[in-house]
Amino acid sequence: MSPTVAVVGASLAGLSAARALREQSYEGRIVVIGDEPHAPYDRPPLSKGFLAGTASLDDIALGAPDDEDLGLEWRLGTTAVGLDHVSRSVLLDDGTEIQADGVVLATGARARRLPGDQDLDGVHVLRSLDDAISLRADLVAAGRLVVIGAGFIGAEVASTARALGLEVTVVETQPVPLAGPLGTDMGAVCAELHGDHGTRLLTGTGVAGLVGTSRVEAVELTDGTRLPADVVVVGIGAIPNIDWLARSGVALGNGVLTDACGATNIPGVVAVGDCAAAWSAAAERHVRIEHWTSALEQPATAVATLLGTGGPAPTPVPYFWSDQYGARIQFAGSRRGGDVARVVEGSCADRSFLVVYERDGHPVAVLGMNQPRLFTRWRRQLRSAVPTPP
Amino acid sequence: MIPVCPTTALPPGEAIRVEADEPIAVFNVDGEFYAIDDTCTHQDASLADGWLDGCTVECPLHASCFDLRTGKVSGPPAKTPVRTHRVVVQDGMVHVQVEPAADGLA
Ligand code: FES
Repeated sequence: MSPTVAVVGASLAGLSAARALREQSYEGRIVVIGDEPHAPYDRPPLSKGFLAGTASLDDIALGAPDDEDLGLEWRLGTTAVGLDHVSRSVLLDDGTEIQADGVVLATGARARRLPGDQDLDGVHVLRSLDDAISLRADLVAAGRLVVIGAGFIGAEVASTARALGLEVTVVETQPVPLAGPLGTDMGAVCAELHGDHGTRLLTGTGVAGLVGTSRVEAVELTDGTRLPADVVVVGIGAIPNIDWLARSGVALGNGVLTDACGATNIPGVVAVGDCAAAWSAAAERHVRIEHWTSALEQPATAVATLLGTGGPAPTPVPYFWSDQYGARIQFAGSRRGGDVARVVEGSCADRSFLVVYERDGHPVAVLGMNQPRLFTRWRRQLRSAVPTPP
Repeated sequence: MIPVCPTTALPPGEAIRVEADEPIAVFNVDGEFYAIDDTCTHQDASLADGWLDGCTVECPLHASCFDLRTGKVSGPPAKTPVRTHRVVVQDGMVHVQVEPAADGLA
């Protein structure tokens, strides 16, 4: 019987793993298991063009015509519920199991929720295509939106809803939105986009609860304020989908723990994308990265590990982007507290700038707003500045 | 044919965006000129702002790479190729011969 690789997860990371297997000359059977009924689609547009109604389902499909040639066996609408590491079988919720020689874990992450937020109509999270379809249906009929969480998803939803004509309030517990990824100064600059476009931003404010009987009517803040709302979006981060591996013997932390090349503690099992926490030599700990580009790039390395053809661990420069209120925000590199942000082009007031973060006088990260050309140059420069391990 | 610029204004490794019905990006790869549609087939990015690496340009937004000779795309998120256009150099001037919209590249 020909060998089998089971890819658990049918989003960008899973599809990229399947493509990488064929690119790396694996000729055996590939079974791709996805808990959603949909063929792979791109998630970033769910808070932007797809939510706005300007991008169709076809536009966001990830499949390409050439994928037919990959000869993949799809098990969509099927959830993996367990992994037997001795027989290396993936157990599925329909009672069947897939016996595999190699397993790629790519189950992604799910939206974090607020306690009780599923009891009221009109309260949404945004992670999946179905989430986006139901949120859009609610938004086009609504007048007032409250977004809980001013991270990238929250900001993008707020921006899309403003363009649809809604009155929008964003509530953030932290004093400065995006201070984690961008630092306090630049987080504050990016957050000014809300005010520029008529979105009300309340920072340093916790949410006490949601008010309503069957449908949400308001969001109550910890200071007692009630924000009337027809629709509420909860955008407070994501949790890796690893619960199904609890008894599998695979080492888990804040994600499936892997080495820098995607290997887990179980031979023949690798993990990629949002569900994986890969060892980072630079950070000296396991880091779970939720960036689109990581889900695209990691699988090639992990698949090489699985096939036993792996080389040295790559040292990628993390990259993410966000489109809000017509502004294009791009970030690359690894920033941490104490790094100094310096504007090297444009100005924050003009909403067009390039900022370089420096540590001991060396550039370690770069942030651009509406500066794609210059940003690309700096991103490349950071890439070549990262020393490749011997 | 659309006049673009003098050859001296587009040194190797550089790109320029030309306004046409559909904007066009012209590249100089070590003295060879190439022209493709400027707008990425994924979303609204100008490929003239992208990164030139040999005969491919990487989109400045989500990093799909396009082959300047064929217009072919290397990988996601873009799925469709860009049109390529003929470049003519005459009397030290770069010109572009714009291909009609449906040239059957896909
Ligand atoms: S806009 Fe070019 S890859 Fe997305």
